[in-house]
Amino acid sequence: MVQILRRRKTEEPRVEAVETPLKPNTRLIDAVPIPPGDPLETVLLSTGGPLELSSLDLESEALQTMREQGVELIVPLIGQGELLGALYLGPRLSDQPYSTDDRKLLGSLASQVAPAMKVAQLVREQQAEAKERERNHQEMQVAALIQQTLLPQDLPSISGWGIDAFYRPARAVGGDFYDFIHLDDGRLGVVIGDVTDKGVPAALVMATSRSMLRSAAHNHTSPGAVLSEVNNALVSEIPPAMFVTCLYAIVDTHTGEVIFANAGHNLPYVRNSSGVAELRATGMPLGLMLGMTYDERTHTLDAGDVMVLTSDGITEAHNVEGEMYGFPRLMGRVGVKPKDGDVVSALVGDLEQFTGPDAEQEDDITLVVVKRTSSAQDSASAFGESTDPVVLGTFNFASEEGNERAAIEGVMEVVSDLGLESSQVERLKTAVGETVMNAIEHGNENRPELMVDVVVVATDHTVQVRVTDHGGGKAIPEVETPDIEAKLAGEQTPRGWGLFLIGQMVDDFRTESVDGTHTVELVMNRKGRG
Amino acid sequence: MPGEEFEVRVVERDDGDTIIELMGTVNRVAKESLEAAYEETEGSRVLLDFSKVDYINSTGIAVIVGVLAMARAEGRVVGAYGLSDHYREVFQITRLADFMTIYDDETAAVTAGA
Repeated sequence: MVQILRRRKTEEPRVEAVETPLKPNTRLIDAVPIPPGDPLETVLLSTGGPLELSSLDLESEALQTMREQGVELIVPLIGQGELLGALYLGPRLSDQPYSTDDRKLLGSLASQVAPAMKVAQLVREQQAEAKERERNHQEMQVAALIQQTLLPQDLPSISGWGIDAFYRPARAVGGDFYDFIHLDDGRLGVVIGDVTDKGVPAALVMATSRSMLRSAAHNHTSPGAVLSEVNNALVSEIPPAMFVTCLYAIVDTHTGEVIFANAGHNLPYVRNSSGVAELRATGMPLGLMLGMTYDERTHTLDAGDVMVLTSDGITEAHNVEGEMYGFPRLMGRVGVKPKDGDVVSALVGDLEQFTGPDAEQEDDITLVVVKRTSSAQDSASAFGESTDPVVLGTFNFASEEGNERAAIEGVMEVVSDLGLESSQVERLKTAVGETVMNAIEHGNENRPELMVDVVVVATDHTVQVRVTDHGGGKAIPEVETPDIEAKLAGEQTPRGWGLFLIGQMVDDFRTESVDGTHTVELVMNRKGRG
Repeated sequence: MPGEEFEVRVVERDDGDTIIELMGTVNRVAKESLEAAYEETEGSRVLLDFSKVDYINSTGIAVIVGVLAMARAEGRVVGAYGLSDHYREVFQITRLADFMTIYDDETAAVTAGA
């Protein structure tokens, strides 16, 4: 009776019995696996043909077992120099030794079986690999979907601030995430984090961490306390080998003060007028141990300052020579002010230049840039301490076309004693007219029953006109520079000048949307332009 | 407070220049009559006189862009004069001034064309 021992590269040697009914006076030999490295393997490979066990003198456990089983002849099945299996034969039924013809027959049988087995083995391996690839692909898609769904769809739009973010997943989707959380009193929570591990498990932990952070952010005013709470909650929620690095910063958009705490994440960089600084705060990653506390640090961003938060996908990227991008290069690049002000594109561009255009991205790349663009307080404080604001007048107007002219007249009356230069007065007139017109048309959608409120406030150094609508419509869009060439060529509507004009007329211009109202605040400096 | 009205008048000068005199408020209301006035004009150049205009808003800028686009399509030159310092600045900020020549007054405009 023949037993075929089949071996596969990736598995323990195993035996597959060929199911045939046994004739009388025969018995089945249990095929004996030949472990890799067994001296018998070497002998079989070098002989290449049928081998009588009685001729062998080897220290081999497999050989010993075969003898006990009554194996007399072993025929190796060899394909491409690899022992794929073997035929084991017991004594002939006639009790005669195996003849030369028998051996020839068996040898030629083996030489035909071996390639077929090799092919079958390859086909199986390929099928298994294809299945694995398909599974991985599906997993990656799920992970990417989770991540894309949970990352912010819009960037916060806060007057006086430019906030930008970049996220590009690696092929195997890592666990990077970022988030913006709007808090009370003009404070903005900024989160950047990285879950160890990749794929679906990382995406799920990222989702959990994100919602825990969102909830904790509203429970505490201190970023250290937020991280502590999330850490304690995460410990029991994630597998022991996983953890989350995370930096959480609270930006006071009125004062520019940033308070932050760090759970083992990359440190942020700040570029200001004197160069680049690394903001240091230490703490253990989230989800490792209960009861961790987190250092808090404070830094104030002035107008023109930029804070850059990153993930290690940037600093740990390699170039073709195997060099790492590293912190020093990142810090150096943050220190270079891009001509067009686009920090994200400048940093991503430099990274791509470093890794080369065709490099496969090793890990997720995430960047969050928080830039303080301007501040009325700053321009005021340049002239010393500002006084408390005084309300010069409040007006309201029905949302009817033409009422912007009444608003201009009202504002002009109350600011007439402030000593604004005549050019400033003209600019303020245009800005107020445009703002009120937008509030009537876009904010309140020309519904006459809805009012537009106008409040004029003065400090020692500024005049502020706040225009509020109550239409509850879409948020005020970003200011864009109109493309006059396209308009003249008839490719664009000739309209769309309002917001741009407002932005050009005043020293600062902020927008805020709260509970169905939109407020635009126009700021004019009283002692010359900015 | 100045009225909301807009008026427009086409003046043919003896020297061949055509002038469109704008008066009052230039906003979206001005579109129809300004475009009609433009259609009346002939010649390679048309001048816009803003000296009797007291208010221009963003919808008025759109109307002027519309007229500039019409002139451009016909290969005609547009000039303007009589703008206050403020609206001169507005024309510069909006880049209208890149597509029309701005003169101080009628004399300067007419001399430049001669």
